[in-house]
Amino acid sequence: MEQYSMNLTLKVWRQKNANEQGRFDTYQVKDISSEMSFLEMIDVLNEEMIREGKDPIAFDHDCREGICGMCSMYIDGRPHGPWQNNTVCQLHMRAYKDGDTIVIEPWRANAFPVIKDLMVDRSSFDRIIQAGGYISVNTGSPVDANAIPVNKDMADASFAAAACIGCGACVSACKNSSAMLFLSAKVTHLALLPQGDPERRSRALKMVAQMDKEGFGACTNTGACEAVCPKGISIENIARLNREYLAAGLVAE
Amino acid sequence: MLDSKIPSGPLEQKWVDYKGHVKLVNPANKRKLEVIVVGTGLAGASAAASLGELGYKVKAFCFQDSPRRAHSIAAQGGINAAKNYQNDGDSVFRLFYDTVKGGDYRAREANVHRLAEVSTSIIDQCVAQGVPFARDYGGLLNNRSFGGTQVKRTFYAAGQTGQQLLIGAYQAMERQVALGNVQQYTRHEMLDVVIVDGKARGIICRNLVTGELERHFGHAVLLCTGGYGNVFYLSTNAMGSNVTAAWKAHKKGAFFGNPCFTQIHPTCIPVSGDHQSKLTLMSESLRNDGRIWVPKQQGDKRKANDIPEEERDYYLERRYPAFGNLVPRDVASRAAKERCDAGYGVGTTGQAVYLDFKYNLINKYGRAEANKLGIANPDTDTLIRLGKEVVKEEYGNLFDMYEKITGENPYEVPMRIYPAVHYTMGGLWVDYELMTNVKGLYALGEANFSDHGANRLGASALMQGLADGYYVIPYTIGNYLADEIATKPIPTDHPSFIQTEKEVADRISTLMNIKGSQTVESFHKRLGKIMWEKCGMARNEKGLKEAIVEIQQLKKEFWSDVRIPGAIGEMNPELDKAGRVADFIELGELMCKDALNRNESCGGHFREESQTEEGEAMRNDKDFAYVAAWEFKGESNWELHKEELTFEVAKPTQRSYK
Repeated sequence: MEQYSMNLTLKVWRQKNANEQGRFDTYQVKDISSEMSFLEMIDVLNEEMIREGKDPIAFDHDCREGICGMCSMYIDGRPHGPWQNNTVCQLHMRAYKDGDTIVIEPWRANAFPVIKDLMVDRSSFDRIIQAGGYISVNTGSPVDANAIPVNKDMADASFAAAACIGCGACVSACKNSSAMLFLSAKVTHLALLPQGDPERRSRALKMVAQMDKEGFGACTNTGACEAVCPKGISIENIARLNREYLAAGLVAE
Repeated sequence: MLDSKIPSGPLEQKWVDYKGHVKLVNPANKRKLEVIVVGTGLAGASAAASLGELGYKVKAFCFQDSPRRAHSIAAQGGINAAKNYQNDGDSVFRLFYDTVKGGDYRAREANVHRLAEVSTSIIDQCVAQGVPFARDYGGLLNNRSFGGTQVKRTFYAAGQTGQQLLIGAYQAMERQVALGNVQQYTRHEMLDVVIVDGKARGIICRNLVTGELERHFGHAVLLCTGGYGNVFYLSTNAMGSNVTAAWKAHKKGAFFGNPCFTQIHPTCIPVSGDHQSKLTLMSESLRNDGRIWVPKQQGDKRKANDIPEEERDYYLERRYPAFGNLVPRDVASRAAKERCDAGYGVGTTGQAVYLDFKYNLINKYGRAEANKLGIANPDTDTLIRLGKEVVKEEYGNLFDMYEKITGENPYEVPMRIYPAVHYTMGGLWVDYELMTNVKGLYALGEANFSDHGANRLGASALMQGLADGYYVIPYTIGNYLADEIATKPIPTDHPSFIQTEKEVADRISTLMNIKGSQTVESFHKRLGKIMWEKCGMARNEKGLKEAIVEIQQLKKEFWSDVRIPGAIGEMNPELDKAGRVADFIELGELMCKDALNRNESCGGHFREESQTEEGEAMRNDKDFAYVAAWEFKGESNWELHKEELTFEVAKPTQRSYK
């Protein structure tokens, strides 16, 4: 891949804290290598701003290899930027060319309030998991791992749902700010395994109730979540959740 | 002096006997005892969940926005366990032996044996939690191989094993949060340990959102804060991974064990330029199916696919026929460096070697699939097509990641790889019960020094983190807390809390008031460069002495010229980073001092002065069969304590993988 340099214009959402009004500021960045990652490009800008005595852009990031789920930028109207099945930290500057203008915003959802600049509070996701996103088993001496065979296709499908990194791109892309893709991925991961079966009904009900309480919107099946999910979590999970929820409702008291 | 509290008796009976006689805390008393857990990776989350289940009142802290972000999540290849599901000769003893040998006889036998014993329960527990490990068509669990072993004992979930295990532990912990047994503090960073009457009784931490300092009491404090590879600036660690919690504990009296033992992982994506902020690992599991080579001709500029088979040097297979591409990490890293230094490296920088999947893609997977489908005499294209499908299932996410970073398709051209800092075997010194020499202060997982000696085998970090959290600390902490049941919670207006908080606040305001001209990042990069060049893959006396002087100089410059923007009472990531880099600088000096002291080569620590004629690491068991535990005495001043290592079962020999 041929390396090249570019100059870019960035329009970045700046907001001092949750209570203050935010705004877009415009920045010029120069001599950006096509081999840099998107976040490294922001690093370059931040270093320059610190040297000039300005306040650098706050953004969430940690592993920078697409798995921790911390990075969260809404780039040119799309969570995690232009590439498919990708997180911002894995987006590389060869996606852009000299002279481009890039607009960068934080995740947009009432259930994800802004903390500062591009950082948002996603603790609502933790609380959805607390509502039932687990198998109730204490550490101890469970049966041998091979005592219960699991059909390979089911195990693979469970894993595909469990690959969710909890980044919140699905919520950010949804016009209703629904957390259904996130929630359904967890319900699917556990419902497809024999170990998760005993609690599958109460789990679906409790997690949906918590989602509503957190202020996430309803799902209208537009599929925007699936289109931007960095881990390719399928919208079929939402259909499964709906079935689980319905079945649970039928037998609930 | 240093009492490692290893139980007496034969090796395989120690843990059984310990569990049989250890003090217990009754359920009613557990509810009165508070435990602080710092860090929520595999060790922290599993400890918090397990202790919460037992009934202790747990407070769990992490600097990330959710416990699920901890860097254990990025572990790729797998987790070892002595299940012997493959009927290939594995056993608890073999896992123990491989680990002690892999660690080049610098680990504690009793700890390693315990680790091997509990490894099997970990897999059972994870499956019960719903961890979706890879399975075979019969519905049973699959295994793969990792370096330094000749059996298949590694359990995995594609290239995302760490993620799946961490989510399992995270979910178990969130369940305890829901039940009220665990209180969770996210975006909180521990900045000091509070010691009352010689015992760890709490922490001071900073709320990273508001900038406020908080005091938290605990009858015991568990540090599960990971490793310190970021001292090298460039490493496979997450950007936020740091030594601060462990370092503060060290400065409060906890000894630091074997700080110079660093693992350089052989298969990482090479550095592409000065802008680089981190390095990305390509899992060791790829060495199951990838063959490592360089051109036989120096400076060969042809494209990899244009170099014919007979002009390729599969140097690991050539040098180590018994283990081939699956030699341990330290051996593979040094061999790659040797080839590149000799001028055989590839890529634009010449600092890379090839990891090539074509052979196994065609011959192993392609042929097996063709057989299954009943295709007689398949042509190469068919084999490649069929093989790709299998490789995709095994390593798909890694191949995708490689392509995103480099822009090259590893199904078509070999990966270019080079060693990078990955893991630190050193850490806080702990006894058999995982307690540091400070009473009531524990260290679990990568944060302690205990199980991997001078080199960790692949897929053993996940095993150790979960062993410590699920199966060791729930027993050993009782032995301490049983004597604390009469201790009432100490109010946080106790003078020790006030004094410690003041020290933390003073340091923060000192940092903020320097108002110099250089950024935190620029200091971190300079530290990393010194460490990589002089305390990296090869070390010598001259270089280490120079490094110590350079680091001391850098420290002075940092404390007189660093520039931190923003204010104290707000979200300020640069301030967070400044505190961490300041600690890394001090740690860097200790690492060099330890490396200088250890005038032998062992595992990942390669002193150029101590090698065999063939260039292999040469240990000196007579003078260095000990754990170097350093006590902080003051600025740039440490006292060395030695814990002698005795090997009753795994007798030290020259480690050979030939």
